[in-house]
Parts: sequence; C-alpha cells; structure tokens
Amino acid sequence: MNHNIQKLLLLGDEAVARAAMDAGLSGMYAYPGTPSTEIMEYIQSSAEATERNIHREWSSNEKTAMEAALGMSYAGKRAMVAMKHVGLNVAADGFINSAITGVNGGLIVVAADDPSMHSSQNEQDSRFYAKFAFVPVFEPATQQEAYDMIFDAFELSERYKIPVLFRITTRLAHSRAAVELKLTIPEKKLKLPADQLQFVLLPAIARKRYRALLSTYESLKYDLSISKFNSFTDGSDRRMGVITCGIAYNYLMENFSDSKPDFPVLKITAYPFNKDVFTEITDKCSSVLILEEGYPIVEESLRGILDNGIKIHGRLDGMVPRDGELNPAIVAKALGLSVSAGRDVPEIVRMRPPSFCAGCGHSDMFSAIIEALKSYSPGRVFSDIGCYTLAALPPYDTINSCVDMGASITMAIGASDAGLFPAVAVIGDSTFTHSGMTGLLDAVVKNSPVTIIIGDNSTTGMTGGQKSQATGRIENICLGIGVSRDHLRLITPIRKNFEENVRIIKEEFEYHGVSVIIASRECIQTAIKRKKSRASNELS
Amino acid sequence: MKNDIILSGVGGQGILSIAATIGLAAVECNLFLKQSEVHGMSQRGGDVQSHLRLSDRPIASDLIPHGRADIIISVEPMESLRYLPWLSDTGWLVTNSSPFINIDDYPPIEEILSEIKKIKNHIIIDADSIAKRIGSLRSGNMVILGAASPFIEIPYHNLENAIRNLFKPKGEEVINLNLKALRAGRDFTGK
Ligand SMILES: Cc1ncc(C[n+]2csc(CCOP(=O)(O)OP(=O)(O)O)c2C)c(N)n1
Repeated sequence: MNHNIQKLLLLGDEAVARAAMDAGLSGMYAYPGTPSTEIMEYIQSSAEATERNIHREWSSNEKTAMEAALGMSYAGKRAMVAMKHVGLNVAADGFINSAITGVNGGLIVVAADDPSMHSSQNEQDSRFYAKFAFVPVFEPATQQEAYDMIFDAFELSERYKIPVLFRITTRLAHSRAAVELKLTIPEKKLKLPADQLQFVLLPAIARKRYRALLSTYESLKYDLSISKFNSFTDGSDRRMGVITCGIAYNYLMENFSDSKPDFPVLKITAYPFNKDVFTEITDKCSSVLILEEGYPIVEESLRGILDNGIKIHGRLDGMVPRDGELNPAIVAKALGLSVSAGRDVPEIVRMRPPSFCAGCGHSDMFSAIIEALKSYSPGRVFSDIGCYTLAALPPYDTINSCVDMGASITMAIGASDAGLFPAVAVIGDSTFTHSGMTGLLDAVVKNSPVTIIIGDNSTTGMTGGQKSQATGRIENICLGIGVSRDHLRLITPIRKNFEENVRIIKEEFEYHGVSVIIASRECIQTAIKRKKSRASNELS
Repeated sequence: MKNDIILSGVGGQGILSIAATIGLAAVECNLFLKQSEVHGMSQRGGDVQSHLRLSDRPIASDLIPHGRADIIISVEPMESLRYLPWLSDTGWLVTNSSPFINIDDYPPIEEILSEIKKIKNHIIIDADSIAKRIGSLRSGNMVILGAASPFIEIPYHNLENAIRNLFKPKGEEVINLNLKALRAGRDFTGK
C-alpha cells in the first residue's frame, strides 16, 4: 500500500458519506432506514463535519429530507439526501419534480435497495424511479467506486442541472473495504439560481422545463462522464457474452479468481446509455446473459416487446432466479460452471427470529393490549413498521397489518368506516411523526371511532436508536391536531401498571370517537447507551 | 494467501469486535479485505453473521461462496452449525461452547456439541469461563478469536496490535484484559 495516499476501511455507506464530505457537501438530509442509515450516522459522528458545520440533522421523513436537500441545492450548495428504497416512495413527489425544476447546487439522491428483503417490506428497484423521472443513475460495484463516483455525480448534477440517483444495495452498503481518498473540494458559496422562475412549476413553465429535461436525458446517453463507467472487455469465446450491472460484476468475477473470463463482458455502473454501449457485445456474441441486482430492467429494455434480437438470458427466462439477490453460486450456475457446496445445516438447528429485548416497553404494552382485546373477536389491530411489528410473531400474535409507515392509523380509519368497532392502531413514535400525524387529522376531522396506541420509546428503535423527532412532542401534537383531552391517555407500560393499563385501554376501545393512548417508556437499548456515555463523561 | 472467515452469533453478542480486530490487523499487513455485516432487523436477538475475506490479491465478491470458508468463528454453538453450508471440506470450525438461549425450543447442548464434533477440524472452547477467570465475561470474544488465531494467516503480534488500537479509547486496563483473553484462547488451541 502506498502510504502517501490516505486509505480508510469503510462500509459502502460510509464511503458514500466520506466522498460527499470530501466533494464539498454542505447539507446531508435523511430519515433512517436499513441499509442507508450509516450514511448520515457517519457524517454525524465526523469531527470534520462538526467543524465545517455541515447540515446533518435527521428529517421527519424522506419527503421532508428530499425537499430540504432541494432547498439547499436551490441556494447553490451541494446537498445529499439518503434513504432506503421504500423511502423513495415517500419522497417520490419531490424527487420526480426535482428533475423538472432541475437543481442549482449539485444534488445526489442516495437510494439503498434491499434485494432479498433482509429488513424490508419489498425489494423494489430504485433504477426504475430514475427512468421514470429521467434522471441519471450511478450504481457502483465496490466501495472505492462508490467513493469515486460521488465526485462525478456532483459534477454531472451541476453541469446538467439535474439531480442524480445514486443506487446502492445491501451488500455494498454494509460491507467494509479499504477506500483510497481523493483531494477535497471546498464547499460552494450561497448563490441563488439565475432564473428566478426555475423552480416554479406552473404548467406553462413546467411544460418548457419538461421538454428541456427530455432533451437533457438524450444528451446524457452520450456523455462521457456516464459512458466512462460502462466498460467492455473482449474475450475469445463468443458463444455467450455477459452484461453485469452494479455489484453483479463482483459475483461474476468471484468465479474467476484464479483466471480471467474468456468471454466478452460489459460492466454497467451508470445510466442512461445509448444503443452503441450494447452493440459491441451483441454484435460479437450469439447470446448474452444479463446479471443485475434487483429487477430485470436492463434485460427488459434489451429484449423490447418483440424480443426478436439475439438470444438473451437473465431473470426473465429463468437462467437467473426471478427474485432475490444474486451471489457467486447463482452466477456460476447460469454460466454452467460447477457450484461449490458445503455441508447441509443439521436438522437440530432451530430458527432464531428477532424478538423484543429484555426490558422493552413494547412487550408490556402488548401484554396489556392482548388482555384488553380478550372480549373482542380477533383481527382488529392495524400496526405499523418498527420494533413493535415483532408483535406479529409468537407469543404475541397480536397485530394484523404492517404495510407502510403510517398505514396503521389510516387503515384503522378505513376499517372503522366499514363498520369494524373497535378498530385499533398501534404505531411507534418515530413512525407517528413520519407519516401518522396526517392520518390522525383525518380521524379527528370525521371523528372516526378508532383507538390509536402510540408506543413511545423516545427513539427510532428498529434502525438502531436514532433521535426521534417525536420525543417530548407527541402529547401536544395530538392536542394540536384536535384529539380531545379526555381521550388522550398517557400510560407507562411496565408490569406493575398492567391492571390499570388494561382498564384504560378497554375504556378507550369502548369510546365512539378518536382516542389516543401514549404508552411511554424509554427504549432499553438507548437507556443503556445513555447510561454508558454518562458514566464515561463522569470519568473523564 | 486467502482466508475466508464466517463470524456468527446472536444479535447483541458483539461479533463485530472480532471482525474489527481481524480487519485492523489485515490492514496493518497490507492485505486486501472485504467484510460484510448484517445490520437492522436481525440485530434484535436474532441470528447474525459477518463474512470476512482476506487476501493478498483484490477480492471480488463481498459474500463468501458456499463451501469455500476456511474458518467459522462462532460465539455461540448452535449458530456455528447454521453456517456449515459455507465451510470448506478442510475448513476449521471454532466455537464457544456456552449456549445463548433466548428461544423455547433450543436443542439440548449435548446434541449440538456432538454435531459440531462431526466436523473433522473443530475447536470447542468454553470462552465464557475462561473470560470470567481472566476478569471480565465481556472479553469472551477475544478468547474465541485467540482460539481461532492459529488458522488465520495473520501474524499473532498484528492481532495484538489491532487490539491495542481498537481498545485505545477505553484505556490500558481494557487493552490488557483483551490481550490476556486473546492469549488464553491461543494457548487453548496450541495445547
Ligand atoms: C418509508 C420507510 N422509511 C424508513 C423505514 C425504516 N424503518 C423501519 S422501522 C423504523 C423506525 C420506527 O421507529 P419507531 O416508530 O419509533 O418504532 P420503534 O422501532 O422505536 O419501536 C424505520 C425508520 C421504512 N420501513 N420505511
């Protein structure tokens, strides 16, 4: 290793964060979500970010984060917003329209996809959104590429005045490798857009800007700063060429650790591309195999509707599984190489699903809910996304839904509209301020007979205990939205209060209007962390 | 040189401090390294694993292919068995013998140990007792790393240096405790 160059061992997420800082980032915006969380956390824990006063506060949700980042870009500075893939659904309105307004300071939108759903509700592919919005995409294969490409992404964003989607997936986000750092770029100065109407999407302006966007998108297909990331390596065996997207390249090359592929390989890590990118490989080979992490997006575009070109293999013809993440073995099988295998897992090995931590307030909250529900038929608890979703598993088996953040309250409203009474919603504090408050307003306005139980552990627990925007504010938010004082109940979910909590919950189940029960008890994990850091502060 | 290592345990048991120690040592030896971690959902008392790959040449995949791991290092005995599909025929399985029981149907420990003993190259170490004897249960991870260290192609003193660097913020006492733990594990396997 060359010691003149600084090298750090970084997670893919950290490489993205470090690169953005080194490329003159002024504002980082995000809402936590696996596997994207460590991007913001890296910047929050960086002494340099503190010194430079880079913006690094969490936002209430991905939409507010996206829009705040766009505002930073409006003011001429470089901004980045990061989220997990489903976060892009929440931010989609702002994201898609930011392509039409265009940007001023460079703007990177990082979407961390989770193929195989290690900790997600689906495995949607964010490249789809980029195409939908006519936005370029960078999809690095390694931590080093992730670091390097951030510089290019900012540069491209400013040159074309367009946001850039930066797509990473779980394995890159959460894998560590050495990354060589570049020289840093200073932050930009405050500078408002030259055209004061650039960001005003009145139809007359939007039509013009949309046409400009369409032509920009065509130019991007021929821009060297994108095409240089799509590289072709020739090979003598022309029976089947291989096209890889993003980290699929690693799984291909893993099968050739002692040799080199003797067939042509096209490695794609940036979009959009023009036809010529492919003709080199498709002209030479009688068939191609496409390896992409996520949806068969490149595969579909190559096939087209008529699918009458050269033979194409991939997820659509079953050569590669239709769903789930790739790995070296899947690639080996598709190439007809031998697949190594170890022993089977012995039968005595049991499943070890995640569970509530010892001392978790959610478990006492659910014990009381279960008791209070005993006199009703099952199937009436709409829940949400967070640690409390574990109540779907034994021994609790209590909740009947977990769809998207905030859907507990609104689904309870709809079910109560249909005649279900009582209809119950269970939601966490961070989820409540992410997307629950607007649903609560709907309930209040029509006085829906729903009971909303907010499991307030004063943190965003599931993703590792990030600061929750809700902390200390829930009661006033509910009152402000219009929940009646008499039906805003505060409980502490501890064993000692069991009888009393059951009584309160039962009373509110029977009320024919909106009730909110706030069950407050600090997350045991954050409590431990807090005590540890206090102890070490007292020592020093 | 190539070492593919699977680290396993239960969320909260701290397998990442083992990974960090090997990682720092590998960097000091100018080796290439990739280490994939599991974050998020599975941390709540569920099974966790980390793939750690060391090589003197660039490494392609962040994941170890099935049947290719040289070592499984596990801080929990049942968890060590969960990753047998990754272990190569000649690979070593090094595991703690103390079970972490947070499920109702945890199998009898004797049955687990006898499954482990079916693997030709195995080391079963009561890291919890050794760590307690040394002075802190929390150094159990380093006892297990020590027990696995003869199979990792990194000089022992580089692992020691890594511990010094990793625990520097926590002070001399913690460093020495962990060095002692590493040594105790190493001696166990050496015998
Ligand atoms: C749109 C979206 N953003 C982020 C996430 C990731 N996520 C899942 S649970 C959760 C935290 C929930 O925190 P809270 O509601 O306070 O519940 P807790 O886990 O603390 O019980 C987050 C951020 C997600 N699933 N969907």
